[in-house]
Amino acid sequence: MAGETGEHGGGGFNIHPMDQFMVEPLFGGTEVNWYTPTNATLWLALTVVAVSLLMVVGARGRALVPSRAQSAAEVTYGFVRKMVEDIAGKEGMKYFPYIFTIFLFILFANLLALIPTSFSTTSHIAVTAVLALAVFVTVTAIGFVKHGVGFFKLFWVSSAPTLALRLVLAVIEMISYFVRPLSHSLRLMGNLMAGHAVLKVFAGFAGALGIGAIIPIVAITAVYGLELLVAVIQAYVFTILTVVYLNDALHPGH
Amino acid sequence: MEGNIAEMGQFIGAGLACIGMGGAGIGVGHVAGNFLAGALRNPAAAGEQTATLFIGIAFAEALGIFSFLVALLLMFAV
Repeated sequence: MAGETGEHGGGGFNIHPMDQFMVEPLFGGTEVNWYTPTNATLWLALTVVAVSLLMVVGARGRALVPSRAQSAAEVTYGFVRKMVEDIAGKEGMKYFPYIFTIFLFILFANLLALIPTSFSTTSHIAVTAVLALAVFVTVTAIGFVKHGVGFFKLFWVSSAPTLALRLVLAVIEMISYFVRPLSHSLRLMGNLMAGHAVLKVFAGFAGALGIGAIIPIVAITAVYGLELLVAVIQAYVFTILTVVYLNDALHPGH
Repeated sequence: MEGNIAEMGQFIGAGLACIGMGGAGIGVGHVAGNFLAGALRNPAAAGEQTATLFIGIAFAEALGIFSFLVALLLMFAV
């Protein structure tokens, strides 16, 4: 392990930027089995609780003039609904609950990860890969159930001028289809991990600089604002790509 | 100043991999800049195209994330 050089020089406390991503058991010990409650399971559970709270509290009143919680719930609902309708059309609305769940889960996982000393679940490839693979399998299944063999039209660019070109494009389309879950999961994980690592690197500067720490602290504040933006945008991007993939499955062919 | 040559290669490789992130920066800037240029010519049509903007940015950015990942793998996993 090249990264673990031990001493990082300078005074103050040593912070390794990657230590925050360690999965550790909650109640002591070092062994992690599949049933061990870890910080990852804790924050995944808290994400589910937060999503449920927003939706349960938001939908409880059903007032004509909405309360704050109801407005927040309504705005997110309307936002995702419009996105699905615009891109996948009326047929896509059948899959709206799944897409809305994905959006809320990733949004809250990203935002809860920004609480200091919390654990960022979506910066782990294990979490995002499961989400992306679920989308990939679901979308492929929908495509085959709805269109049968006709789903292969997705790889056949009929607007290309010659047969040779269509064959080349079919290979490229096929590769790009199977790279989808990879890029889909890595985008979310990479963005989150990079952002949190940057925050910790600046925190390390603050620890080493003594009185001059005011400069990195100002920088941390600015980067934190940027991370807030990234958290929301990445949830949006993951969801919108899910809808685009769904639209491809519902309407294959070029 | 001592260490083995494989470790040196890891660090150099990780640094080189980060060049790819600059490419992603160029790509994202190109997408956003062209969107702005188009949006200023026809502001009425810009609102509907923000979803396309974000999809374009996401695709350009994914490749930068790949190079970042290669750097991370070289530093911590190899």
